[in-house]
Amino acid sequence: MSETDAADLVTGVLDGDHRALARTITKIENREPGHRDLVSALHAHTGDAEVIGVTGSPGAGKSTLVDKLASRYRDRGLTVGVIAVDPSSPYSGGAVLGDRIRMASNVGDMDVFFRSMSARGQLGGLSTATGDAITALDAFGKDRIVVETVGAGQNEVDVVRTADTVVVLVQPGSGDDVQMLKAGILEIGDLFVVNKADMDGARTTVSDLQEMLHMRDGTTAVDAGHHGAGTAVGDDPAADDEADAWDPRIVETVATEGTGVDDLIDAIDDHYDHLRMSGELDRRERTRYAEEIRRLLRSDAVDLLEDELDRYGGIDALVDEVQARETDPYTVADRVLDPLADCVERRRD
Amino acid sequence: MSAGQEQRTIRCLVAKVGLDGHDRGAHVIARAFRDAGFEVIYSGLHRAPEEIVQAAVQEDVDVLGISILSGAHNTLIPKVIEGLKEYGAFEDTLVIVGGIVPDDDRRELKAAGVAEVFGPGTPMSETIEFVREHVPDR
Repeated sequence: MSETDAADLVTGVLDGDHRALARTITKIENREPGHRDLVSALHAHTGDAEVIGVTGSPGAGKSTLVDKLASRYRDRGLTVGVIAVDPSSPYSGGAVLGDRIRMASNVGDMDVFFRSMSARGQLGGLSTATGDAITALDAFGKDRIVVETVGAGQNEVDVVRTADTVVVLVQPGSGDDVQMLKAGILEIGDLFVVNKADMDGARTTVSDLQEMLHMRDGTTAVDAGHHGAGTAVGDDPAADDEADAWDPRIVETVATEGTGVDDLIDAIDDHYDHLRMSGELDRRERTRYAEEIRRLLRSDAVDLLEDELDRYGGIDALVDEVQARETDPYTVADRVLDPLADCVERRRD
Repeated sequence: MSAGQEQRTIRCLVAKVGLDGHDRGAHVIARAFRDAGFEVIYSGLHRAPEEIVQAAVQEDVDVLGISILSGAHNTLIPKVIEGLKEYGAFEDTLVIVGGIVPDDDRRELKAAGVAEVFGPGTPMSETIEFVREHVPDR
């Protein structure tokens, strides 16, 4: 991509050109040369969108709910961007991205920009790409950005962490109360939606959730060390914040009929207000940028090391030596890294 | 790593347009494309031309595959192509059609901008090969 192409794309995105936005997201997704400059140029124009992450197991009704959410936002005069993430095949790398089918309420409304993304099998790469796509949608001027993903693995959890508000969908009958105790997506929710609330067992699911959230509250005092860990004792802003911590809320919806969607929007708004008032919004943004910087550094460092590995004749040659017991993984790592460490050391002075 | 033009993931919209209610063929081709390593976005049944255009533009697909069995191709497909042109998306989108299309209509569709029409019984590999060879350079 030439510099003028990139400049044209940035101008296009800022001017509200849909094709330029779509093309920008493609460049970001493909990690094409020059995509970094694009994201850099767009960054200054961001910060106005509210980002909502929606996650839950397959079949919980995420897409249908997101569709209704988008259309209610449109009724309120807001513009919406949606990023729907689906897994890709570990075998072919291909994917079928089927969430668009449920976007029936927003047909023909270009002010709902819906984009499907696949995981493309890159560990950590997905959250970077999604974060960059959010940047593009934000710079484009979207008021609300919804990121929808199946909450199956670490990758997906990372994606949803890019959101200001995390909504976890729970299906009635998705297991007993012990399922709720297990580690995973239930821990990351700011809001919980029991969708298909007209189904048998919805009441039980709501009360199981209430019980789980109650226990989560009860442990916050004991758990203070968790927040404090890694930060200096005494000046941890999270510590004196425990008193007015956010109480996760449960909302019941029937997404197919649009029931409860307004309640969900109210709850999202309340959570966002809470984030703003408590200073948590600022903190989350800082955490997000810190993670992003670290992630970029890590992936750049990995690329650098791959080049270095090639200089040593590739990983296979090194593995041969280790397998023949001529050397061991630690020694190999030291050998490859030493010149780099030396170089960094010298440049620092 | 995935940035090379050769290695680029091909994105494809498999679209059902109009009133016909049979999408077994669309499912089969969606899966074959997936297994070939493409990213496939499936539109679902009963889509209007403008919905297909909206999806193709937003998803920035390389390939738009329209499956149509109802016989309404002469009315619907040109509308889709017009829509793509409106958004400046026609030049770099490969439009292919699958389904039942009489020979005379094929010529007409190709004149309108369809790259190829694949009738019943076309081997899956032929369609995939065609897409790989004709996917627009970007």
